[in-house]
Amino acid sequence: MTAEIGQLALCLALALALVQSASGLLGVRSRAAASVASGAAMGLFVFVALAFGALTYAFVTSDFSVLDVANNSHTLKPLIYKITGVWGNHEGSMLLWVLVLAVYSAAIAFLGRGGVKLTSAALGVQGLLAFAFLLFILFTSNPFLRLDPPPFEGAGLNPLLQDPGLAFHPPTLYTGYVGFSATFSYAAAALITGDSDAGWARAARPFMLIAWIALTLGIAGGSWWAYYTLGWGGFWFWDPVENASLMPWLIGTALLHSALATERTGAFRSWTLLLAIAAFSLSLIGTFLVRSGVLSSVHAFANDPARGVFILGMIGAAVFGALGLFAWRAPKLEGGATFEAVSRETALLFNNVFLAAVTTAVFVGTLFPLFYRALTGRDLSVGPPYYALTFAPIFLGLLVLVPFGPRLAWRRGDLKEAVRALMPAIGAAIIAPLIVLTFAAPRALAGSGAFAIAAWLIAASVIDLSKRGRWNVIPASAFAAALAHAGLGITLMGIAGTTLWRSEALQVLGPNETMTIDGYTLRLHGVYRVDGPNYQAARALIEVRENDRVIATMAPEKRLYPAEQQDTTDTAIRSTGFSDLYVALGDERDGGKWVIRAYVNPLAPFIWAGAGVMALGGLAGLWGRLRVMFAPRLAPQAAE
Amino acid sequence: MRTYSPPASNILAMTPKQRRRLAFASALVVAGAGAAALIIYALQDNVLYFYSPSDVSEKHIASGVAFRVGGLVEKNSVKYDAGATIHFVITDGRTQVPVDYTGVLPALFREGQGVVAMGALEPSGTFQASEILAKHDERYMPPEVVSALKRSGRWKEGQ
Repeated sequence: MTAEIGQLALCLALALALVQSASGLLGVRSRAAASVASGAAMGLFVFVALAFGALTYAFVTSDFSVLDVANNSHTLKPLIYKITGVWGNHEGSMLLWVLVLAVYSAAIAFLGRGGVKLTSAALGVQGLLAFAFLLFILFTSNPFLRLDPPPFEGAGLNPLLQDPGLAFHPPTLYTGYVGFSATFSYAAAALITGDSDAGWARAARPFMLIAWIALTLGIAGGSWWAYYTLGWGGFWFWDPVENASLMPWLIGTALLHSALATERTGAFRSWTLLLAIAAFSLSLIGTFLVRSGVLSSVHAFANDPARGVFILGMIGAAVFGALGLFAWRAPKLEGGATFEAVSRETALLFNNVFLAAVTTAVFVGTLFPLFYRALTGRDLSVGPPYYALTFAPIFLGLLVLVPFGPRLAWRRGDLKEAVRALMPAIGAAIIAPLIVLTFAAPRALAGSGAFAIAAWLIAASVIDLSKRGRWNVIPASAFAAALAHAGLGITLMGIAGTTLWRSEALQVLGPNETMTIDGYTLRLHGVYRVDGPNYQAARALIEVRENDRVIATMAPEKRLYPAEQQDTTDTAIRSTGFSDLYVALGDERDGGKWVIRAYVNPLAPFIWAGAGVMALGGLAGLWGRLRVMFAPRLAPQAAE
Repeated sequence: MRTYSPPASNILAMTPKQRRRLAFASALVVAGAGAAALIIYALQDNVLYFYSPSDVSEKHIASGVAFRVGGLVEKNSVKYDAGATIHFVITDGRTQVPVDYTGVLPALFREGQGVVAMGALEPSGTFQASEILAKHDERYMPPEVVSALKRSGRWKEGQ
C-alpha cells in the first residue's frame, strides 16, 4: 500500500511541478500567478517528502514486494543501514535529489528576497527542473515498482556502503549540488526579468553559501570515508566522481567571489551569471554523467542506456537552454562598472581566471578518456601525474595570490600598502620552509614550498583580522574570508605532509611476530573471528609500542558479508591529531599468517580539519547574510 | 568616473586607462593560453593506455612503459610467495599476462573475476603491478574489461 501512496505522491508532485513552473514564469507579469507558484512550491515539497517517507517505510519494514527494496536491502541489515540504504541505490538517490530540490524551492518561496518578479521567475525555473527530474524518476528510475511474487529475502546492500558515512555523505553532497540549482534559477530569473541591479546575486547569496558549505563538507567527508574504508591509506584518487564533485566546488568558489564584486560595485555582471549557470551545469554533470556508467568509476550504479539518453537530454536542455537565454538577454543588461588595475575587483578577477583554468584542467582530465574512446574505440585513463602537472601548479599559483584580495580596496587599491601590511606573513612564509627543511626527513623541496604557501595564507588571515580593530566590530564577511583562506592553508599542510612524508610497511605476520614502521613496533597478537549482525569478521589484535612502551591496541578487520558475498576492510586508525598510524588487515596466507599493511600519514588530520575551517568560514558568511536578511530595517537593499 | 571610452585602434592614441586595460586583457589571454598549453603538454605524457592481454602480446610494448592491463583473473593461477608478493595471470580468454603484485589486494579480487592492473612490463615479460583495481560489487564490471572481453569474443560466454 505504501508503494502506491508513494507512487501517487510522485504523480501529484509532477503535476505541481508543472503548475509551479507555469505560474512562476507567468508570475513575472501577474501577482496572482506568483502566489500560486509559491503555494505550488510548498505543495511540491510536501508530496516529494511523502514519497520519500513512503520509500523509507518500505525499506525499514523490508517490504520486498517493492523491487527497489528487494534489490538493495536485507532483513538482517541494522536499522541505520536500512534507512541510509534508501539513497544507497540509483532510484532512491534520485528521489533524495528531487527532495533536496523541493526543499530549496520551498526555501525560495519562503525566504525569497529581491522582489516578487525575481522570486517568481526563480520558482518557475526551479519548477521546470523538478518537472524534468520527476519525469526521469517516473519513467526510468521508479523506486515504487512492485515485484510479484516478492522474494523471501532481499539481495542486500553493497557492504562498502554499510558504513555511517552513507548517512552523511550523499545528503551533504546533494545539498551542495542541488543548492546550485537555486543560484542557477536566480540567474535565469535575472535574465528573464532583466534585473539590471544585482538584486539576484544578493537574493541568491544565502543559497550560494549553503551550497558551497555543504559541498565543502561533502567532498571532505567523502575523502575521509575513502581514507578509512578502502584500506589504501589515500585520501584522493582523482576518480571521475571525485573530480565531478570538485568541479562545481571550484566554479562555486569562483561564483562566491565574483558575485561579491557584482553585488558591491556591479562589476562582472555577465560573468557572474555565467558562473551561476556553469556551477549547476557541472553539478548536473557530476551527479549524472558519472552515474550513467560511461566513465569507469567507483560510484557508477547499474548501467541502463535509456537512463543515459534521458540524462544527457536533460543536461543538454538545462545547459543549452540557460546559455541560450544568457546569449539572448545578457547583452541587454546594463554595462559593468569600471575599476583600477590594482583593486579588489582585479584580485577577484585573478581568482576567477585561476579557478576557471583549474576547472578546465580537471574537466579535460575527467572527460578525455570518454572522447578518446568515442574517437578511437580504445581505452586510456588519466591519472594523478596529469593532475600533479596541471591542477597543482595552477591552484598553488592561485593560493599565492589569495592574501592580497582582502587587503585591496574596492575600485582602487594600494598594492604597496597591502604588501606592507602583509610583511609579517611574508616573514612567516620564509621561516616556515626553513623549519621544514631543517627538521623534516627526508628533505623535500616541494614540501617546504607547500609550507611556505600555507604559512603565508594562515598568517595573512590573522593579519587581515587584526587590522580590522576589535573582534566585535569585525564584519562577518571578514571572518568568513579569513577562516576560508586559512582553512586552505591547513588543508594544504595536510596534503603535503601525507603525500611527501608518508611511511608505508607491508609484511606477512604470524602470531606474536612484529614489524616496525616509523618508530612504532606492531606486534600481531592474533587474528580472531568475530560475528557482526550481518557479517563475519576476521579481527586482528595488534599491540603498538613506541619506545618500548605499549601505547595502543589496534583492531583492523576484514569482513565478509554472506548475503552479498563480498568482503570489505575495516581499517584501524590511531590519530594523534598531527599524525595517523593507519593499519589494514590483508589476506590470510598459509600457516595462519596474515598480510598487514601499515602507514604513518603525517598531518593527515589537517586535510579534513582545514576543510572544516573553510566550512566554518562559509557559515560565518551565511550568518552575516541571514542577520541582514532578517533585520529589514538594517538592510534597505533587501527591500523591493 | 567615465564608464565607457570609445575603442581606439592605435595604441599610441589610447588613454592611459585604455592602455592599462589592453595590457590587462593581454595578460589574461596569456594566462589562459599558458593553462591550455600546460593541459595539452600534461595530457601527452601522462595518460595511461589500457591494453587487453591480446594487445600486450601483439603490440610488443617496451618494458618500463606504464600502462593498464585488464581482463579476468585466470582460475587456479593465484600463487602467494613467502613475502607479501602475489603472482597471478590475467586473461582475456585468448592470451595471458603473468602479473606480480606486492601489497594488499582489493577486497573483491577473486579468481575468475574482472580486474584491472596498473604497472609496467619487466624484461622477462611479467607485468609488475603497482596497483590492482577490482570491480566494486557483483553487478559492476570495469567498462574497459568488458570491452577487452568483447574484443576477444569471450564476453558473457557460458552465461
